[in-house]
Amino acid sequence: MVWYAIKRVLLAAVTVFLVAAITFFAMHFIPGGPFDTEKAIDPAAKAALITRFHLDRSVPEQFLLYLGNALRGDFGISLKTGRDVSEMVFGAFGVSARLGGLSLLVSLPLGAALGCLAAARRGRAADRAVLLFATLLAATPGFVVATLLLLVFCLKLGWFGVWSAQGGGMFLPVVSLALYPAAYVARLTRASMLQALSAPPVRALRARGVREGAVLFRHALKNAAPPVVACVGPMAAYALTGSMVVETVFTIGGLGSRFVESIGNRDYPVIMAATIVMAALIALFSLLSDLLCRALDPRVEFS
Amino acid sequence: MSAPLLRVRGLRASFPAAGGAVRALDGVSFDLARARVLGVVGESGCGKTTLACAVAGLPQPGERVEGDVLLDGEDVLRASPAALRRLRGRVGMVFQEPAAHLDPVFTVGSQLCETLRLRARLSHTEVRARAVELLALAGVDAPERRLKQYPHELSGGLCQRVMIALALCGEPALLVADEPTSALDVTVQAQILRLLSGLRARLGMAILLVTHDLGVAAELCDELLVLYAGRVCERGSVEDIFYAPRHGYTRALLACAPSLEGEASRARPIPGGPPDLSLPLPGCPFAPRCPRAAAVCRERAPEEVWVGPGHAAACHFAKGGEEA
Amino acid sequence: MAKKRFFSMRPPLEGLRAAPGWKRALRQPRTRLGAAILLVLVLTIFLSPLLVPYGYSQIITVDGQRDRGAKNLAPFEYSQMEREAIARGETIFPHIFGTDELCRDYFVRVMYGARVSLLTGVLATLVVLVIGTAYGAVAGYAGGKADLWMMRLVDLIYALPDTLMVILFSVVLDQTLMEHIAGTALAKLGSNLLSLFIVFGALYWVGMARLVRARVLSLKTDAYVLAARGLGAGPWRILRKHILPGCAPVMLAAAAMQVPSAIFTESFLSFIGLGVQAPMPSLGALANAARGALGSYPHKLIFPAAALFLIVLAFNLLSDGLHSALDPRAGR
Repeated sequence: MVWYAIKRVLLAAVTVFLVAAITFFAMHFIPGGPFDTEKAIDPAAKAALITRFHLDRSVPEQFLLYLGNALRGDFGISLKTGRDVSEMVFGAFGVSARLGGLSLLVSLPLGAALGCLAAARRGRAADRAVLLFATLLAATPGFVVATLLLLVFCLKLGWFGVWSAQGGGMFLPVVSLALYPAAYVARLTRASMLQALSAPPVRALRARGVREGAVLFRHALKNAAPPVVACVGPMAAYALTGSMVVETVFTIGGLGSRFVESIGNRDYPVIMAATIVMAALIALFSLLSDLLCRALDPRVEFS
Repeated sequence: MSAPLLRVRGLRASFPAAGGAVRALDGVSFDLARARVLGVVGESGCGKTTLACAVAGLPQPGERVEGDVLLDGEDVLRASPAALRRLRGRVGMVFQEPAAHLDPVFTVGSQLCETLRLRARLSHTEVRARAVELLALAGVDAPERRLKQYPHELSGGLCQRVMIALALCGEPALLVADEPTSALDVTVQAQILRLLSGLRARLGMAILLVTHDLGVAAELCDELLVLYAGRVCERGSVEDIFYAPRHGYTRALLACAPSLEGEASRARPIPGGPPDLSLPLPGCPFAPRCPRAAAVCRERAPEEVWVGPGHAAACHFAKGGEEA
Repeated sequence: MAKKRFFSMRPPLEGLRAAPGWKRALRQPRTRLGAAILLVLVLTIFLSPLLVPYGYSQIITVDGQRDRGAKNLAPFEYSQMEREAIARGETIFPHIFGTDELCRDYFVRVMYGARVSLLTGVLATLVVLVIGTAYGAVAGYAGGKADLWMMRLVDLIYALPDTLMVILFSVVLDQTLMEHIAGTALAKLGSNLLSLFIVFGALYWVGMARLVRARVLSLKTDAYVLAARGLGAGPWRILRKHILPGCAPVMLAAAAMQVPSAIFTESFLSFIGLGVQAPMPSLGALANAARGALGSYPHKLIFPAAALFLIVLAFNLLSDGLHSALDPRAGR
């Protein structure tokens, strides 16, 4: 287990490094160089950029210097606003994480419960309802859900204000963030539970007279958990780093909308910092979910 | 004579299939007395496993079961879920592939303790002591250590011993063993058989042993039930079946079992294959493959004919050359 | 007595693995529903622009004169000038979905958008299918060290956060490709769309490669392939006659799942401003444009969103049906 964990941490580190490298070199690949756009840059910012990014050095050297600074939390300054990038990114991340955390608190238990319900009531009305819910939502892109919710509840019914950082204002963004993951988790849990329930161990448990509740929630659920956990990890990371779509639709100043904004502005330092932060979180969460899977299923070999 | 422990009457089971139902069991009746071992033998697909599962009150999804299965006078097939759970404690079940039937994500100990707690309110230490005791009873070496192990860490033979320990949790009066040794290698097979016969003697437990292996049946059983196409074709003591078979199928089955006795003995396979169980079978199901089959065999299903004490065969020619 | 296989009562798993089980797949109501929706959609998308006398970037004119009143019309509404023309006895084709803010027929735009989205999804999937299958089949069939190293690369690419990479590549390629393709036939496609294909080819093939490799590995040791080898069949014949047909259903089911994912990605990129270029419409771009005046003209969001929903639903149903036909133990 320890060896596996070490190996897995190394893979995560390599992934983040790779993402950073790809991002950095890709940005330099853009004709005209990353910090030399047609857009007018504040001369003071430009001077700061040149010293900060050592633009006179070679590209690999610049990358190493950038990486060193980034590890110390210094991601440079925004081309557009001249503000400190790490402040911008981490501030925005706080907003996104709060929203995403709330949505996960809704979507994960809801999805798992619906999936278990559907599996336990296979073929009956409850199962069909869950399947229908999951199938319909799986076919609806996130921006459509978010925009429709905005249209119906804000603009037509006027039940909620467009967005505020607390109270009722968070309701619609949280719902639009939670719906798809809930449907996805429900579907996955159902399939995994059905497989576990039709497996021989469950038959043997029933033959021994184990209560149906224990068969479902103790044995089948633990057997069914690993595939669900494996998918939930990266999903949670995406939720916490902010949905570009939901934040854009509800005009929330989170990491996702910052990212989209910086793409529109071609604000490369911000794009890079946001990419690295998101990639690090995604790597961390897929690492955590992998370790959790191993802990849940003793069979996997730790080579 | 007291009432038998297990009484099965007119047991029928069918599975839905494309173009009608497959009749896996077609009117099977038998009795099993306490502390006796009844072997059910036959080819694959003759309904042996279906029989074992029906007796244990474990129908497959979609299966239709009719008839009577009485355990100590209690109806297994029509029991309420709660009553069925209680009954299942009194019927231990041992499956063919032990490694596949243990829950892979729980330790041996936690599975044993969970099953023990179903039967009695026990403290943690009592449950643990009982689990160790049961593992030792099932011939598991170093039982203390096994409690903490997961099924995938155990060999096939050990898994089967754990499975048997689990089946013993409810102090069953009847142990249903569905091909308990088929997935194991030969030396382990012999150990498991010895264990089962020892348990029978020590605990006074009846065993319903399902097997395709006549050698296994001969070693452990008192009586045998020969099943073909979901019907009983012959029943009797092990001696009756092995030395005085009266049904064509029993004879054929014995002939294709390899034997070390006699000169130039050669297994003789049975020509043809078992009948399609989704089609109606008007006559004797074995008639198409039977060397003695006459016209009557294809037209009329044979009744069971008693040919000796406790020995019966469902054959028109059970009493010798003449039609019964 | 030999222990024979038990064919009569349990579903014949072994047999099913060898045969693709197309019939099973087609018997699934879900597959049929998905195929039916898809057929109707494809017919509508590709035939209706032939019947409707407007182009996707054509501004509505009446008698050769630009109709400035035909802006943001509701479905089946006529503008002032059109009503006058009808009063004069001319026939004006109705605007089934109304018109947009630049006086273009919205129905035709949605149909073209759906066409772009659908083709994008199918083409991107083909790219993934070809690269993934070739890579996976070679790795699985070669085995050993080659397989190990080839799969290391797959693991690494698999670990990259896909959405971020797609966006990044789109940004970068958008800037670099533009000048290289200027004037060629590719320019019409737009650098965004092209970069989408490149990104799919570069990143999304790994899932397919993993699937195909796993399938090849298991088929390689299957009894019937071993039997074919024992009978003297060469590697090429085995690959062609036994392994690829065995992979086909898995590939198809995965491809059917890849199409909606590609369509989602395209619409998502269009939504954040990195998708197909104006005036070419795509469903995502149309939905994004509709956000501006959402309160006043909600139908401009509803129509492309509904088209997107139906396309994706059809493909999801298809891949679902295929999946459960392939794996009898999977949930129905």
